[in-house]
Amino acid sequence: MRKSIAIVAFLVIFAFLAGAAVEMRPFGEPDQSAMDDHFLGDTQERHQVNNVVTAVLFDYRGLDTLGEATILFSAVSGVLTVLREIKKDEKEEEVATK
Amino acid sequence: MKYEMSRVVRTVTDILVVPIIIFGIYLIIHGHLTPGGGFQGGAVIASSTALLVIAYGSFGKHKKDLSSLESLGLTLFILLALIGMGSTMFYNYISGTGGLFGGTLPSLGINPGYINTGGTITLMNLMVGLEVSAALSLIIWMMSKRSGMMEPEETISPSEEVEK
Repeated sequence: MRKSIAIVAFLVIFAFLAGAAVEMRPFGEPDQSAMDDHFLGDTQERHQVNNVVTAVLFDYRGLDTLGEATILFSAVSGVLTVLREIKKDEKEEEVATK
Repeated sequence: MKYEMSRVVRTVTDILVVPIIIFGIYLIIHGHLTPGGGFQGGAVIASSTALLVIAYGSFGKHKKDLSSLESLGLTLFILLALIGMGSTMFYNYISGTGGLFGGTLPSLGINPGYINTGGTITLMNLMVGLEVSAALSLIIWMMSKRSGMMEPEETISPSEEVEK
């Protein structure tokens, strides 16, 4: 029973992927290229930067990068909180043993 | 001595740490010209921390310095973004003005690149590099310390910390 379900699921997913692969556009010719052309031309003209990827990271999608930096900050806060040193006071230990 | 590795490893570490840090700084300050940037360069710098921790088993008492470096990097990053609020957040108000990091490219299209360009992109790369290197160093340091790879140090209990 489980095997037949697995085979059916495999065939369905394979059919979808094969269909997508057949209908895929050739490399280097995207369906919509307006955004790419805008980035490639605008980055050097307006921002005076050679690296388009960095320009997208820090200018066009700066909020995204801010979110990434904040996530890293909260990750560090979490690590420092979870792994902090805790020294139990003697009084607390007495209470715990009672 | 229990937490240190052999003399060979320590000597190689001493030699390798400097080029690793320099390569990380190179990745950060050339972020607007070549592949790389703040995150990648920061990770490279943090890997030198991992090397030091593994080889020596101690990292001194720089936890507060690293924490404040990280907070400083994130704060300056947000401030740099907020200064451009006159038009939009993350507006590149420095590029093309002629000052520091405000230079113009020699030519449009394919060109060799010029490090004095980029405006806020270059500055933000620096800030993100500062933050990421300090943050990943802190994570590596804290995890290796609590897993018993580093020598324990005298710690202050929370109640004493409050009194101080």
